[in-house]
Amino acid sequence: MKKTLFIAGLTDGIPIAAGYFAVSFSFGIAAVAAGLAPLEALIISMTNLTSAGQFAAIGIISGGGSYIEMALSQLVINLRYSLMGLSLSQKLDSSFSRLHSLLLGHAVTDEIFAVAMSRPKKIRPLYFLGLTALPYIGWSAGTAAGAFLGALLPDALRSALSVSLYGMFIAIIVPAAKKERPILIVTAAAIAISCIIRYVPAFSFISSGFSIIICAVAASAIGACLFPADEDEQNGQGAEKQI
Amino acid sequence: MNHAIYLLIMFGVTYIIRVLPLTAVRKKIKNRYISSFLAYIPYTVLGAMTFPAIFYSVENGTAAAAGAAAALAAAFFGRGLCTVAACASAAVYIVMLIAG
Repeated sequence: MKKTLFIAGLTDGIPIAAGYFAVSFSFGIAAVAAGLAPLEALIISMTNLTSAGQFAAIGIISGGGSYIEMALSQLVINLRYSLMGLSLSQKLDSSFSRLHSLLLGHAVTDEIFAVAMSRPKKIRPLYFLGLTALPYIGWSAGTAAGAFLGALLPDALRSALSVSLYGMFIAIIVPAAKKERPILIVTAAAIAISCIIRYVPAFSFISSGFSIIICAVAASAIGACLFPADEDEQNGQGAEKQI
Repeated sequence: MNHAIYLLIMFGVTYIIRVLPLTAVRKKIKNRYISSFLAYIPYTVLGAMTFPAIFYSVENGTAAAAGAAAALAAAFFGRGLCTVAACASAAVYIVMLIAG
């Protein structure tokens, strides 16, 4: 019974792990290109397990951003995990203790959250451990491979791989924007603000990390005022596929 | 700036964000404005991170644009995460090979 729970989790984690390996490979390459040591890239992946936050962070580190900028950017970019944690907490089995949450909670990513929520049963600790094990290994191993071996790849291939992370981001945005007009409008607003900050010389003092914070907070606030979600919808949104 | 401190901040903030609600809060967010705000955050973050940055992610601007276009097209036609990412990479690779 216990063994099968763990194996059920492992099985559900396989496709996530494969995707993570590919994406974190490009993270490893990007981190080294931004001036980080390969070991630092690996430590970041092993202690964070999140693409958007890590990706923003290497920009801040290479740009010599302030510690406050780092903390704020991680807070804003990863804030969605709080929302997921809230929904997930409703689905935990009573055997899932606070200690389990403290140890396993850090492995909540968009994909792991989505799979856990789609499971028809309550979540037990062993299942969750199994579910997170392979994606965690895939994310760490991919980062190490990209960071240590990325330099051996020819230029064209390295460039090609470094764009794959953005490709994944687009793969998350587009289906949601197609399905729900508010998401389309809100995302377009964020992109518009991002372009303004990038191209209007008066805003050139704003660093990339703060730019993301400003765009995300402003556009999401506009969205919350214009299109506040109905009670029932609020759990599903934001839980779309994404690391 | 010390890299180790950056790494500590990243881990600390991300860990607290993830684990705090899971361990401490067991009630639902009732305020629809706050919950909507949180629901839009992933998309606005990713949108702002991707554009216009994707066009500068590769030294060859044409290749970067081709990658963005390929990803948008693949995503629009309902392809999955890995396929879309692979399409972007393939487009960049092909343009860079042609450009030499």
